[in-house]
Amino acid sequence: MLEVSSVQRKKMTEPNALGFFGEYGGRYVPEPLVGACQEVEAAFRDAWSDTAFRQEFLDILTNYVGRPSPLTDCVNLSEDLGLRLMLKREDLNHTGSHKINNVIGQALLAKRMGKTHLIAETGAGQHGVATATAAALFGMTCTVYMGEVDIKRQELNVYRMGLLGATVIPASSGSRTLKDAVNEAMRAWVTEVEHTYYCIGTVMGPHPYPWMVRSFHEIIGCEAQRQVVARLGKMPDVAVACVGGGSNAAGLFAGFVDHPEVRLVGVEPAGGAAVGRGVPAVVHGMKAHFLQDEVGQVVEAESISAGLDYPGVGPEHSNLADMGRAEYYPVTDDMVVDAFQVLSKREGIIPALESAHAIAWVIENADDGQG
Amino acid sequence: MGKDEVILINQSGRGDKDIFTVAAALGIEITDNHINTRSLQAELTAKRDSGRKLLLPYVTAGIVGNWMDCVEAVIEAGADAVEIGIPFSDPAMDGPTIQQASVQALDNGITPHGALSELRTREFAVPLIAMTYFNLVFRYGNERFASDLAAAGCAAAILPDLPFELAGEWHEAAVAHGIENVLLAAPVSSDERLAQLVERTSGFIYTVSTMGTTGERAELDNAASVLSQRVKAISDLPVIIGFGISNPEHAVAAARASDGVIVASALMRTLLDGGSIDQVASQVNAMRVALDEAF
Repeated sequence: MLEVSSVQRKKMTEPNALGFFGEYGGRYVPEPLVGACQEVEAAFRDAWSDTAFRQEFLDILTNYVGRPSPLTDCVNLSEDLGLRLMLKREDLNHTGSHKINNVIGQALLAKRMGKTHLIAETGAGQHGVATATAAALFGMTCTVYMGEVDIKRQELNVYRMGLLGATVIPASSGSRTLKDAVNEAMRAWVTEVEHTYYCIGTVMGPHPYPWMVRSFHEIIGCEAQRQVVARLGKMPDVAVACVGGGSNAAGLFAGFVDHPEVRLVGVEPAGGAAVGRGVPAVVHGMKAHFLQDEVGQVVEAESISAGLDYPGVGPEHSNLADMGRAEYYPVTDDMVVDAFQVLSKREGIIPALESAHAIAWVIENADDGQG
Repeated sequence: MGKDEVILINQSGRGDKDIFTVAAALGIEITDNHINTRSLQAELTAKRDSGRKLLLPYVTAGIVGNWMDCVEAVIEAGADAVEIGIPFSDPAMDGPTIQQASVQALDNGITPHGALSELRTREFAVPLIAMTYFNLVFRYGNERFASDLAAAGCAAAILPDLPFELAGEWHEAAVAHGIENVLLAAPVSSDERLAQLVERTSGFIYTVSTMGTTGERAELDNAASVLSQRVKAISDLPVIIGFGISNPEHAVAAARASDGVIVASALMRTLLDGGSIDQVASQVNAMRVALDEAF
């Protein structure tokens, strides 16, 4: 059983009073949502400093989600690549991805706040499935907004959400993908703010969401750090994660950010490299890097993986990049498809296309290392 | 002409008036410092005090090629000021109609600079209010945007996703260029926050009539009236109700508790459905007549 004391650690910095990490973040929301964000922030601060809340959170992560997730040595691929590759197995969590950590945390918070209805946006459907799951677990109703294009790409997850009792509403505006699902979810939240809790799926949005979502995912980095040190007797040299909005990367990085000897690498889709090719913008309630045209209209991201098909990135990543603490690199869809097959064939692990971005970057750079 | 010849030229005028033309021809952009001198708040307050209910139609810049004719038509139909929407790719505060209008305008190739440049070519009889999202201003530059608004004849701006806590730089630029910054108040705004909003807004206070985003509605809710009374209890600013006004009956109902109304989606819906500028003008005129008859 996990215990609160075992996972408390020095954190990535808390944002300032206005919600900024360095220059990024903030709370750029219309007046009807200012109070709602303040309410969420106050509730989160209160809950996160309450040992009973944190213990309940960890109990659910242990007994329902199945944490701690294992650390797997990739024996065959390590030999092929001439390095030691280890995977933190968030894919083995209940519902099949890291997304559930954050959702359990936010759903518990919503319950504590007396909210009865959860809304969420989703790209690949993983966050939607996780939110629908939590809603079922806590006896809440759930509405998930999903881009029309993504609904076609991820039909299975749409069916899954239905089975879990959630209603899926197609976002038919703009590019009909994740960013438009976010717009729709924000609209819905404005309309129903009294009883509704908006469960944001990544480290984006207005303060306190980027900070809160990262906090709920810190367990990934905490566990991984202890597991690697227990097995190897030392820290890893590089910690790598894919970055769309950047929640799984934020969770992983949190475990290593205070150890300067560990390189932190975020891998972005080449067609949605917000850190690599974006510039600071104010969109979706936050200041962070976004792909946009010269006048500031948001440009659509293009990626083979629906979960990374987002033109922006969480503000803490913008800040980590500016500080030089984390590095961000793009990989192409072709590299990702190759990596997807390599991991499947060599290790018997079929990775999410999102996670395959991180694998692709390692494969590419291992090749470089060998000349 | 040889080297000993003397040539006399009549330098017939000074070129100060032509520097912008030359700069444009050379592709140089000059940020000239424009200051708006027209006071939206003074004009609206004077009209209100004379017993008139205020009517503020909205037009998305670029929704149709001759959108400025639409601005002129709604003014002739009885507008007291016109909101000019500068379209943004992700208008999360607006409902589906304004989003569709924005997409159509963006597809027509409108840009913030283009919209303001077009406005600059005409003079309008009533004050204009630019409404857009903060990212476009952030990219444009606070200072330059405020200056160009003034040059375009805009007296005020509404940036719904920029709460006043984060508006410092924009607010300074706006004040320096004589642009009034209109803030939104919502039914959920606390008394404390409402007091802060009233203190910081200028032009008027924009009260959200439902908890939803912009869009036509069959019924107008009561929350706006309550909010309007709360504002009136602490301020003399004109209180204008927006969001959800789609016909003369709504306008009259909303104006009972306030100083006037903003009408947006219902007008843009007409244009999106292929209706003419004349039809939009007659919608506005019907509201004008209803307001004048009722009060």
